[in-house]
Amino acid sequence: MHRITRRCFLVFGLLAAGLAQAQLSIEITGAGANRIPVAIADFLGDPTASRVVTATVRSDLERSGLFKLVETSGAALDENSPINHGDWKSKGADALASGSLGRSPDGRMEARFRLYDTQKAVALGGAAYITSNEQLRIAGHRIADYIYEKLTGEKGVFSTRIAYVVKTRGQFLLQIADADGQGAATALTSIEPIISPVWSPDGSKLAYVSFEKKKPVIYVHSLASGQRRIVANFKGSNSAPAWSPDGRRLAVVLSKDGNSQLYAVNADGSGLQRLAQSGGIDTEPRFAPDGASIYFTSDRGGSPQIYRIGANGGDAQRVTFEGSYNVSPRPSPDGKSLAFIARREGRFQLAVMDLASRQVQVLTDSHKDESPSFAPNSRMILIATEVGGRGVLSAVSSDGRIKQRLSVAAGDVREPAWGPFYH
Amino acid sequence: MNKLLIPALLAALIVGCSSTPLPDETSGAPVESRSGSTTNTNVAPVVAGGVDANGLPRELTDPKSTLAKRSIYFDLDKYEVKDEYKDLVAAHAKYLVAHRDFKVLLQGNTDERGSREYNLSLGQKRSDAVKRSLTLLGAREEQIESVSLGEEKPKNAGHDESAWSENRRADILYKAADGRGEF
Repeated sequence: MHRITRRCFLVFGLLAAGLAQAQLSIEITGAGANRIPVAIADFLGDPTASRVVTATVRSDLERSGLFKLVETSGAALDENSPINHGDWKSKGADALASGSLGRSPDGRMEARFRLYDTQKAVALGGAAYITSNEQLRIAGHRIADYIYEKLTGEKGVFSTRIAYVVKTRGQFLLQIADADGQGAATALTSIEPIISPVWSPDGSKLAYVSFEKKKPVIYVHSLASGQRRIVANFKGSNSAPAWSPDGRRLAVVLSKDGNSQLYAVNADGSGLQRLAQSGGIDTEPRFAPDGASIYFTSDRGGSPQIYRIGANGGDAQRVTFEGSYNVSPRPSPDGKSLAFIARREGRFQLAVMDLASRQVQVLTDSHKDESPSFAPNSRMILIATEVGGRGVLSAVSSDGRIKQRLSVAAGDVREPAWGPFYH
Repeated sequence: MNKLLIPALLAALIVGCSSTPLPDETSGAPVESRSGSTTNTNVAPVVAGGVDANGLPRELTDPKSTLAKRSIYFDLDKYEVKDEYKDLVAAHAKYLVAHRDFKVLLQGNTDERGSREYNLSLGQKRSDAVKRSLTLLGAREEQIESVSLGEEKPKNAGHDESAWSENRRADILYKAADGRGEF
């Protein structure tokens, strides 16, 4: 409960820093094969607050593509209402959630709920979240995460946030939004491009490349305070930051000694160390989730391919072999797969490699996919792509079955980065 | 163009002021030779007009000057300076040799296809190639910084080969000794 309270302040700070000028809208295309039928009853208590929370829970679960919402016909139940499991079972619901919204002693809203397994006629658990009136949707996301985890066995990502860049009217906006695209706040506005945002593992900071000094320079930006620090501004280009899993180091790409090459620096910009040496281009480093190795793109073999080296350097092993252009490697947080962009017949498409079998699957049929980013539970991959000549974001499930599109009415959206689980 | 227009307008304005009719008390009298004070006021605008809005000498910005040509174009997937640009690069090298207190920023660019970060590295290869040519011709390492804008700042926002060929490019930006200039 303390945690959700803290997060509300953080989001509030962001909103105060710059209200959204460009709101993302979401569109779902496709769903999983075996969706779990779940009923979310109308919560009791404060009617307006209840509507916000239940609507958020329902749309989160539906959007994930893993659940089918069962019609509740206006049934209103709180967390203590007696449940007729047989009735809900006959309506086709495997699970049911009920709850209520009330005032906590300090005047904020308290969302309480309970989840039931109607097949076994037992309660699976419940929780209460305290939040401000303005941040009721966050309570909804937390409830949806709870339900998702109880019913699928995996952690939900509804409470996570995403970062992305909007190009609109000659300006570049680095924005932060909830994972459903709502509540967008602008962390940075610039007339020069911003690329390659990456979240610190604790979710409090972004590292990115900004061209505001007429050249690429790497910054670390604390979201709550808006404080920015230059991490790498060496002679030449500074780009492609990637956090180490412990949040203490950044792998970066510098051209100060000639070609684009891999280095590591501390998060405060000190302790520069060269990681690899090649005659060509080495770029787009990403730490494996165990922190022991780094995946990166290199043209050392003649065409851009993905390689892997130890986190402190050493010999590079080639990872991709099929095709003449495989770039932007992103190891999944569970360490099992690697997302990347493959060029096939002139089209740039999202591909995933199973790291155990080395099998590659192309997940999209688009032509201009870029910048993949895994959800922290490894189930979805957010990419930038192009539809009708406009930059949009698309979330694709790791098996390619579920697709969601996020777009902004008056601009191009690009460079998505999915944030970590809420801590 | 604007950078050139503003000093030109200023010059016209100052010249215009100097030719304003003299006050009444002297207008009727024969003009004494006062060691050409009126012609002196006409000299100042020339100096003002010789420095553009960025504080750079005219020879770097006058469209008629070779040194005002600052873009070197590259073929698809190519990162060497083409023969047709050798004279241009040599002219810039000569300027940097003659003006050791001047600096240049070389910005490499690519077309929009492919990974943004990989394109940033490809643009770097283009600016590095121009830097190599300049240093071989006598410009000093410390006068030159080569960087990349990748695909982020297209000169032509189109999505076809003619647009892309304008975007496969390296640009030369100058900065004078006093810190004024284009970067």
